[in-house]
Amino acid sequence: MPLPQKVLFFIATKNSVHVIGGLVTKYIIRRLLMAIPVIFLMVLATFVLVQAMPGGPFDAVGQKSMPEHIRILLERRYGLDKPLYEQFFLYLGNLLQGDFGPLFRQPSQTVNDIIAQTFPVSIQLGLMSVAVGFTIGIPLGIIAALNHNTWIDYITTFLAVISVSIPTLVLGPVLIYTFGVKLDWLPIAFWGADPPFTLGFLPPLTKNFFLHAVMPVFSMGTGMAAGITRLTRAGLLDVLSADYIRTARAKGLRERTVIVAHALKNSLIPVATILGPLLAGAVTGSFITEQIFALNGMGRRFVNSIGQREYFLQTSLVLVYGLLLISGNLLVDVLYAWLDPRIRYD
Amino acid sequence: MTVDKKMEEVKNGKRIGESRSPMQDAMREFRRSKIAVGGMIFVILVALAAVFAPIFSPYGFAQQNLRNNRAKPMEGYDVVESYAAENCHWYETPMEWGCTTFIAGSDALGRDLWSRIVYGTRISLSIAVAASSVSLIIGLIYGTVSGYSGGNVDNFMMRLVDLLYGIPLLPIIILMTVYFNAVSRQGSESPLMMWLIKLDSMAGGLLFVFIAIGALNWLGMARLARGQVLSYKEKEFVEAARALGAGNGHIIFKHLIPNVLGPLLIAESMAIPGYIFLEAALSFIGLGVTPPTPSWGAMINEGYSGLRSNPHLVLFPGLALSSLTLAFNFMGDGLRDAFDTRLRGRN
Repeated sequence: MPLPQKVLFFIATKNSVHVIGGLVTKYIIRRLLMAIPVIFLMVLATFVLVQAMPGGPFDAVGQKSMPEHIRILLERRYGLDKPLYEQFFLYLGNLLQGDFGPLFRQPSQTVNDIIAQTFPVSIQLGLMSVAVGFTIGIPLGIIAALNHNTWIDYITTFLAVISVSIPTLVLGPVLIYTFGVKLDWLPIAFWGADPPFTLGFLPPLTKNFFLHAVMPVFSMGTGMAAGITRLTRAGLLDVLSADYIRTARAKGLRERTVIVAHALKNSLIPVATILGPLLAGAVTGSFITEQIFALNGMGRRFVNSIGQREYFLQTSLVLVYGLLLISGNLLVDVLYAWLDPRIRYD
Repeated sequence: MTVDKKMEEVKNGKRIGESRSPMQDAMREFRRSKIAVGGMIFVILVALAAVFAPIFSPYGFAQQNLRNNRAKPMEGYDVVESYAAENCHWYETPMEWGCTTFIAGSDALGRDLWSRIVYGTRISLSIAVAASSVSLIIGLIYGTVSGYSGGNVDNFMMRLVDLLYGIPLLPIIILMTVYFNAVSRQGSESPLMMWLIKLDSMAGGLLFVFIAIGALNWLGMARLARGQVLSYKEKEFVEAARALGAGNGHIIFKHLIPNVLGPLLIAESMAIPGYIFLEAALSFIGLGVTPPTPSWGAMINEGYSGLRSNPHLVLFPGLALSSLTLAFNFMGDGLRDAFDTRLRGRN
């Protein structure tokens, strides 16, 4: 007896899902393996560059220059007297054991401590900004596209161009002056929560946390939202003029079904491509935002350390940024292939 | 324009004998968009202000008088009317009591903010020009070579671009800038370093910012150029040229690059706001121009600590930064819409 159509279909879909699932895992593993040499070269380059800078970490204590014999002892203590390649492989070995190295200026803390304190703050800031960008940007883009060439469309696109043109560097101080200084509604600096966090990065859902987060997140997220609005609008307009949408309409489907079931997913493909640059932008943005709002995040820590010779801190922060970027890009590629089945994992 | 209307014009003899090149088409489309033209005019005005900065600014960018520090906008310090009438001119005014009315206020060192903003246009525009040329040239060469070669070369070159995308270039470039600044402060023996330092001082301390921004942005341009070359190199006109015996050099320079250049230039014009932001960001964190050269990002940084009492020190440079990028955005959008034939007639 032949199997009923429904069962066959079920087997087929189940199989394909399984096959695709296997492909995805394989793809991810291969990408991660490919990332290893990149990370190695990146760490090597940064380590050499940081060490090549003139001067050392123990050149001066406050105003006084450090006595020669103490400097030599300190350098021996941190292994800085060894040849560079030996130092590098020692550092790599320590990295593999999860040790990011010591801090010279604050011997009571290690780079691990610094990363544990600053990483969650940067991640929370970045993810919340990207989330704000998408939750504002996509609906606005859809509204603008569905009301193409009406005043709603014009106002939305105009506001989007204006928001794209205001960088965090300008929006941050303006927000602080308006809502922090003049209206006195929001706190003007600092992050509203301190580590340790639940699961390492989940913030406490307190009023204090959100009050502190509003301005930094919006000063980063507004520009993202504007960019996403423009992309969503353009993508949806593109899709709406496609033949299969005309077919869907000709079938007599409701406009709502046409938009939601047929148009939306495809129109989001270009939006997915921006996620990569956006994550990179969240990294760059964090350098400025954290500086403006005095947040204890990785970007601020990195910027504040550039005048010092904290070899291990600087190299490790670059490493963490690299890992973030690589996993972000991987996520985008997987998402992209999910949105657009024409793209194959191979 | 509807088809009916066009037909009517043809009937009335209006459209006969009219033929336009794609370039003319694009220019017409661009001119139709008032907002894009407005953006372009603003950019041209800013460029004029940058070139003739001494004429547009009453004082020099480093001219200071500590007695006049932190003046509010439009505020004169102890204006003595009779004295002002005789001795004060619009520009090259002595920074003396009685003459100093600051349009946009003055900063912590008593320097005229308006003059510094005007001189700051030079930095932002030179970044716009230099960074886009650097990334355009590198991206064009890299992408064309990769796309034209095809095969393993193409594969390898594009893998390299993919790899660089995974590297956080910004922090590394910040470290490189710091390294370079430290070395140039200390002096160096190697001739290459000395040459770089000399070049840097010629560029007003901005050499590394140019290189940094170019290095950050050529990747996208290379991908775009490669894609364009790949699509054009199979076209009939290239085949025809090859059939006529044209060499690779001829095909690349006479047939491929002219076609590839257009989309790349438009992409660059859309990317310029990003370059300006990046320069401002680098100046804000203390890299970039050497003081007292004014850069808007550095000015925001200087004024930021006194935001509560003197918001204008942040507001005016910020306003300048935003309005210039807004103009560039309008212009870039207009150019894209004008040259993208796919969009024509839809918007």
